[in-house]
Amino acid sequence: MSLVTKLATARRKPGRWHWTDIAAYAYLALGVVLMFGPVLWLGMSSFKTQAGLLEFPPSLLPMSQKEVAVPGQSQKLPLFEVEMPDGSKRVLAQVRRIGIQAQMVDPEKSGETIRVPIDKRTPVREFKLATENYTEPLERFAFTRFLWNSVFVTLVATIITLIINSMAAYALSIYEFRGKTAVMLMVIGTLMIPITIILVPVYLVVTKLGLVNSLWAVILPGAATPTGVFLLRQYMLTLPRDLIEAARMDKASEWQIYWRIVMPLAMPALAVLAIFSIMWRWNEFLWPLAVLTKTESYTLQIGLNAFQGELQTQWHYLLAMTVVTLLPVALVFVFLQRFITTGIANTGMK
Amino acid sequence: MAPAETKPRREGAVAAGLLAAPLALLMRLVDGPMGALQRLIGERRMAYVFILPNLAFFSLFVFLPLIINVIFSVTGGAGLFPSERPFVGAQQYGYLFDCGSFLDPSSCREDHFWRGVSNTARFTLFQVTAMVLFSLLTAIVLNMKIRARGFFRAVYFFPVLLSPVVVALTWKWILQRDGLLNAAITSIGGERILFLVDPSWAMFWIVFVSVWAHMGFYTLILLAGLQAIPADLYEAAEMDATPRWRVFWRITLPLLWPNMIVVIVLALIKGVQTFDEVFVLTGGGPGTATLMIVHYIYETAFANQVQNFGLAAAASVVLGVVLFALTLAQLAASRRKGAA
Repeated sequence: MSLVTKLATARRKPGRWHWTDIAAYAYLALGVVLMFGPVLWLGMSSFKTQAGLLEFPPSLLPMSQKEVAVPGQSQKLPLFEVEMPDGSKRVLAQVRRIGIQAQMVDPEKSGETIRVPIDKRTPVREFKLATENYTEPLERFAFTRFLWNSVFVTLVATIITLIINSMAAYALSIYEFRGKTAVMLMVIGTLMIPITIILVPVYLVVTKLGLVNSLWAVILPGAATPTGVFLLRQYMLTLPRDLIEAARMDKASEWQIYWRIVMPLAMPALAVLAIFSIMWRWNEFLWPLAVLTKTESYTLQIGLNAFQGELQTQWHYLLAMTVVTLLPVALVFVFLQRFITTGIANTGMK
Repeated sequence: MAPAETKPRREGAVAAGLLAAPLALLMRLVDGPMGALQRLIGERRMAYVFILPNLAFFSLFVFLPLIINVIFSVTGGAGLFPSERPFVGAQQYGYLFDCGSFLDPSSCREDHFWRGVSNTARFTLFQVTAMVLFSLLTAIVLNMKIRARGFFRAVYFFPVLLSPVVVALTWKWILQRDGLLNAAITSIGGERILFLVDPSWAMFWIVFVSVWAHMGFYTLILLAGLQAIPADLYEAAEMDATPRWRVFWRITLPLLWPNMIVVIVLALIKGVQTFDEVFVLTGGGPGTATLMIVHYIYETAFANQVQNFGLAAAASVVLGVVLFALTLAQLAASRRKGAA
């Protein structure tokens, strides 16, 4: 609550409220609802039962009908609040429904059956998280497979990206060599070529390499990123030259200088690239969609998209799987938010 | 600011360290062979060894495809390999541009391509306009003397990190027939609206959702620009009791203009390539009401019964030319920014 009171009393100068201050906070409050609301709604909906999701208007929290075990009944029975003919109210369990009549029993004394018109009963509801939405897809679909594929692609691709991009950045920042300008121009050139315009020929290259439907087809084409080379090169240019010269004096090989001296010093820039690469790879969609056609090689994003076609009526699974897909990114965001935003502000990339 | 600067660095270093651990082991094995190689070719030429892997990747997955793309676009047939494809000259381009009237997609031989062009053009126009307006407004509000600025900045920024599939499914759930939005509408006495079945509403929502998902990124760029404007300019204006709207028009907007151009061009480049969110949210529908150019390329090359690589490649080349022009505009804009 202290945040709210602070917000409510914040002002530009003591005693001076300008209408723009009020408008600003109103806009920010609206923003919180509009930006957080949908994701929050997704999260809450993902814990509703299939029946709960079909309700209209939807309930805010995941509620479901309370059930009790009654002696003499094999299954648990749903509970209702019933308005009796004398006007009193009782909580009864329903055994079965026959037309407009329902057969009810009192869960306390299960002996007598009571017949009630169905419009005299209202379900007794309780707050209940339908965790089976999360556990069942793990057993019933190839969901674990997709999860693993995504993790594999993300980690392996990020490692390859870090190694080959830092090697190129090292060459372009430390050495003078013939053809350096040409190489720099090539790197700049690739900046302008997104996968959207070379979709078909990259598919051909990948086919020629025999990689269609393999996860390597997703990993390799995007491994060399011009933005990564640039980012690392700019950073390496700021490293002191004396250090490298001193290492050469000590007979360190070029590889050792790169790996033992430059890489540890470039850690902040490598970290930025690592986080961006993880984001890119985890969220990648168009290219995997084109190149992965077998279910067992799907990544999470592709699997989720395929599910939404097949499971039109099974939103309870779809929502839960969407939340699982969102979770790693949410965690990264919570821990590295400041880092990512400064990274974007400094590099202008995403 | 200093402690805030160092903290994220440390967090990032930890994240990178986790990845670096298995690498260290691997690299130790490379040490010996690399030393031997250096003795063989000399210190200077090691530069080529370092640049080689990256260049190999660029050549194989960017430059070579770029050339093949052009070859594809001037050959026909159903084969994937250029050797199986007969040369047809400009025929594919001829098909693409075979139109009774360019303003009416249904009069075209490749009507889906022109639907894509017209939808993408409309989408980009609306989206870039809304994106610039809302990210500017948000950046200005975030730049005011407000409490909990970091929190509010995070609120607007976090959807940028969500995957397009997650974004699309989140909104699809809200916009569906029995969704939250229709519940809100009926609760105030309105009629249910089939948002993704009505062509105009579908267009509105794909613009809305893509602004929702990406405005945080552009807001950050504009916020950085706003924070770079010297505070004494504002103080001088306050001394002269200049009205706020005038301060905005005469100080804020002109000094922010270089960042604004970057935002506009970047949003244009992204907008023209829109595919992911729209594909999951509407599937290009209803009918072809939200079918985009990239969707057409994907469909023609991969999703249709008869895969037509030549036509898809020709459409890619057309899209590439548009993007190239936009990128040149961006370079010109950033050069002006550097000069300013």
